[in-house]
This record gives sequence, structure tokens and C-alpha cells, in this order.
Amino acid sequence: MSGHPATVDPYRTTLRTAADWGLVALALLALAALMLPLGTRDGAVVGWFGGASGAAPLFLIGVVLAVIAGRSAPRRLAAIQYPGAWVELAGVALALLLPLHLMNEGVDLSAGWGLWLFLVVATLLLWRVMGTLAGVPGWTRSVLVPGLFGLGLLAGWEVLVRGFGVPAILLPAPSRIAAALAANAPVLWDDFRQTVLVSVLRGYVMGCGAGFAVAILADRVPFLARGLLPLGNLASAIPVVGIAPIMVMWFGFDWQSKAAVIVVMTFFPMLVNTLAGLGNSERIQLDLMRSYGAGYGRTLVKLRLPNALPFLFNGLKINSTLALIGAIVAEFFGTPVVGMGFRISTEVARMNLDIVWATIAVAALTGSGFYGGLALLERLTTAWHPSMRGR
Amino acid sequence: MTSPTSPDATSPDSRPFDSQGAAPRPAPAPTVVEARKLSLVYPTADRPVTALSEVDLTIARGDFVSLIGPSGCGKTTLLRVIADLERPTSGAVAIEGMTPEQARLKRLYGYVFQAPALYPWRTVERNVMLPLEIMGLAKAERHARAREQLERVGLSGFERKFPWQLSGGMQQRVSIARALALQPDLLLMDEPFGALDEITRDHLNLHLTQLWRATGKTCVFVTHSIAEAVFLSTRIVVMSPRPGRILDVIDCDALPRERTLDIRETPEFAAIAHRVREGLKEGHSYDD
Repeated sequence: MSGHPATVDPYRTTLRTAADWGLVALALLALAALMLPLGTRDGAVVGWFGGASGAAPLFLIGVVLAVIAGRSAPRRLAAIQYPGAWVELAGVALALLLPLHLMNEGVDLSAGWGLWLFLVVATLLLWRVMGTLAGVPGWTRSVLVPGLFGLGLLAGWEVLVRGFGVPAILLPAPSRIAAALAANAPVLWDDFRQTVLVSVLRGYVMGCGAGFAVAILADRVPFLARGLLPLGNLASAIPVVGIAPIMVMWFGFDWQSKAAVIVVMTFFPMLVNTLAGLGNSERIQLDLMRSYGAGYGRTLVKLRLPNALPFLFNGLKINSTLALIGAIVAEFFGTPVVGMGFRISTEVARMNLDIVWATIAVAALTGSGFYGGLALLERLTTAWHPSMRGR
Repeated sequence: MTSPTSPDATSPDSRPFDSQGAAPRPAPAPTVVEARKLSLVYPTADRPVTALSEVDLTIARGDFVSLIGPSGCGKTTLLRVIADLERPTSGAVAIEGMTPEQARLKRLYGYVFQAPALYPWRTVERNVMLPLEIMGLAKAERHARAREQLERVGLSGFERKFPWQLSGGMQQRVSIARALALQPDLLLMDEPFGALDEITRDHLNLHLTQLWRATGKTCVFVTHSIAEAVFLSTRIVVMSPRPGRILDVIDCDALPRERTLDIRETPEFAAIAHRVREGLKEGHSYDD
């Protein structure tokens, strides 16, 4: 998208090849946005120009300059590929800061159609920049692009919720959630420790460990596999909200009942995946081990378990999210006065939705971190597997 | 050496290659594999399938014996019975005077499968060391043997590569090195080059015959390629399907032990190939 190949014959250059029509369309949209209002203040319409709009013209000039500079930048500057994309990205960021500036000036944005159209243009510009950056191999593509995508979503959330004045009880802005997270950090840390570091980790290790061990046994004792696999289907259909209160009655309010719920939820996925993995070795590979006079134990360690690794990781990854959900739901049914599930249930009742959202954020980050860590470990240990090669 | 047990051993076109027509031979080498009245019947849902029927076969030390026949003639089954990967229904096999199970547990043979069957999570070198780990050899010895065998199959410098980074022909050479690392006297090969293109196959055949002469190992080689069988073998066992049995055993003494790809153009080669083809034709005639 940045520039056209230098090999185009200059004498045959037409308007079609010389112009970036996408950018022209964006510029026309932006011009249309300038005709429409930015918002209202004390019932009076605020336009782009004139004293009422604060520094809006400066923002506009900054964005236009960034786009022009980005367009005319070389394709490569020292080690940086597409430096122009980064300059345009700064322009997009500046455009997204404009509504925040206007709100500070006391402008009501809910009828500011010129501003919203302008932000649509900025979003389309971001789309184009992301398209360029996604073509740069390495860290840019694998880390920066997804990170920028997430940041873009958060910025959109922030601007829309605040610009249209959505009540915080329905959906707070990300900045409010972050503020609640910071203000309640000690409480949230205690919840995290109780739920994740105590209940989830113990339940997860017990559930996955038991599933794995029973799978090894069931692999040697065929009737166990025949009897247990149908139970696995049954167990996966058990609702957590049904089993959790029973486990609380059996094992009490502390982590033991949460771990028990997690064991019930994670045992069968691990069992099923391990059994599938153990059955994954090819006839010819098993014959090879037999021709070496290798017994059951050596065949298991040298052939069948390495072959089962992708399946084991599949089970572990499924269980990482199941375990967190299980623990949080179980805490709704009785817990010492700490824990993420307890926090959500009590703060919802007290209408402190900020803290609920902060807890949700912690849970989401924990869950994806847990999953991501396992995925990374999988990539390190099964780099040989066809599904992992060449990534 | 035993005399051929085939029905057409005295047919006119086979005479020049019969044992009495060849140069006088040194004293018979000791027997490595001896099969007597070997039968194997697979029970299936509708009716039992006879994979092997009353097979008698003797293989002497240093021989290169090819088992050839159409698919389903039991040549692979015979090899698997020798390797104790299948149990015969009746009859007996002796390997160096032992039962196949004893021979397998003493790791007397190396087996090369149709596919390389390399473990993708092990490097080339660690694949070759796998049987040595199971034998319980010391690490230094494992390394030394793996390097020696990889050099022998022309793969020095590929130790740290993973199998999927190698071509099909190279992978099969790794699997041969892995079988050789056990230092067996007996090498059992089940269509090892069946999945390779003809150019690679020629190259590996030449390599294999040189390897066989250099090491003096006894080889049993399953194939369905006539040219491959004639090129490699000292004796060719022609088998027929339904039920799997031996039709003919052909001596290849007319060809020198030291072979290059050129011998395929000689009349001796053509005559042996012709006799193998005649034998296979006879086996097929039961189908029509």
C-alpha cells in the first residue's frame, strides 16, 4: 500500500496507477466530517473551528501532517520497515485523543456526528496501517499487530462509552475499570491468591494427574477404558452449578470443595485425551520397538508418551479454562470471605460493578496467561509435530 | 545350500543357472534361518485366510535372499514370522538354532520396514541410537556406533537434522543405519525402497549391495521388483498368493558377487529376470 513499484513506466503512468484512491476516499470523508458538528455545549452546537472547540483544529492539522509524512516516508529507514506506517499510527492515536480533549472541555459528544465520522475515517486509516504492519515478519506481525488491535478495541470502547454517556452500571469505560483495579489491588490480590494459587492450581494438578494416571491404567486394562469412557460423556454434561453446592456440602467452604469441583470437571477431559494419545502410535513404530525386544515400560516411555504429547497438551489446555470457571462458580456457593467468585457475587449485590469488572479482567488475564503458558510449553516440547513445524 | 524345491527347477530355460551348471562352490556355509513346513492362517469374519502354506526355506550365512511375488503372496508375512512379529499357525522356524522369540530378545536381527518409521521428535543421530538405548549401551558407545553407521550410509553431517528435514531416500538410509547400529548378523528388509522413485532406488540398491559385500551380513529382502531382486540377490525365492507358498528358488551364481548397475544389461541378468518372470506368471495363472 505504501507507494507503487518503481518499475512502472513513467510515460504510461495513468491517474489510476498514480493515485492512492483509498486515501482520496478517506480524505473526502474527512472533508464531509468537517461540515458536521463536533458536539454541543450548554445546548449550543460546537463546530470544528472557532473558540468553542478548544484545540480541535490543532488535532486536525496534526493528523493531516502525520498522514502526509507517512505517505512520503521511504519504505525502509535503517532497521525499521515501513516507518511511514508508524507515523500514520501516531496520527490515528492523535485522532482518538480528540474526543477525550473535547470531553475535558465540557463538550457533549452524543450529537457530534462530525466527530464520529472523523473517528470512522481514523479507524479506516488504522485498518490500512494494520494491513501494512501485518506484512512485516517477526515480532511486528506476531506481537505488535495483535497488541495494537487490542489497544484499538480498548480505545474504541473508551471513546464510545464516554462519548455517548453510557451509565457505568451497564458498562464502565476501560479507564474506570483500570482505576478500580488499582484502588482495590490488595483485595483483588487476596482473591487471586485464594482462587487461583490455592484452589485452581491444586484442583488442576489433582484432576489432570488423576486423569493421566487412570488413563495409563485403563490403557492396560481394557474393561476400564470401556467402562470409563461413557462415564466421561456423562460427566462432561454435568452442570457446574449442580455439582458445586454438593461439593461445598461434602468438603466445606475452603479450597477443598473448589478443588473437588475442578477435579470433577478436569478428570475426564484429561483421561479421554491421554487415552487417545496413547492409541496414536502407528503399528510400524510399535513393531519397531518389539523388534528391539523392548517391553511395555520402554515402549511407553520411548514411543507412546512422546507420541501422545500433542493430545496431552490438548487436554491440559482445555482443562486450564475449565478449572478457572469451576473455581469461580463454586465460590458462589460458599467460601471464606475471599475469592474471585465471592467478590463477584457480593459486589454485584452492592452494585459495585467497577470491582466486578476489575475481577472479570483479572480472571480473563489469568485464564489467557495460563492457556498461553501451556501453548508456549507445547510449542517448545512438540516442535517436531507437523502442526507446529515451520511456525 | 538346499536345492530348489520348486516344481519347475528342471525346466529347460532354467538349466544354465542350476547349481550343477555353476562353478564348483566352496564348502556350504552354516545355516542362519531354517523354516520347516511353515503355515500361517489368519482367522477372518467369513473364512480363514491362508497367508503361508507349508513353506520350507533355508538361508545360509552371507546369503542375500530376495522374496518376490505379487501382493498378498505372504512374502512380508514370512519375513515377519522370522522376526517374531507374527506367530506361525504350524511348522517351525529356527534362527541360529534359536526360536524367533529368543532371537528377537537377543537382538540377533535388524529389521528395515517399508516406511522409515523414524521418530519425528528425535534427531537423525538419536533415532539411530534408539535401539542402542534399549540395549543399555553406554552413551559414548552409542554415539560412536551411530556416527559410524551414519557415515556408512553416507549421511555424515546430518546427525542434528530432524527426519522431516530429510528426503524420503535419506530417511530410509537412516532407518538402515538404525538397523545396522545393532550390529546384527541378519538383516531383514521389507520392501525398504518400495515408496521411492526409480533413480533414488537404483542409487540405494547400489549402495546396499556394496554395504552387503563390505559387511558380509546375511540379508533377507522382500520386494515386488524383478530388477531389484535380480540385481541384489544371491538367491531369489519366487512366491505365489492364495495360499502363500514358494514356487521357485533361483540361484544367481551366474552374476558376480561384486555388482554395478551395468550388470543389468548383461544376458545373464536378463536370463535370471526371465526365469523370475516365468515363475511369477505361473503363480498368477491360478487367478484366471
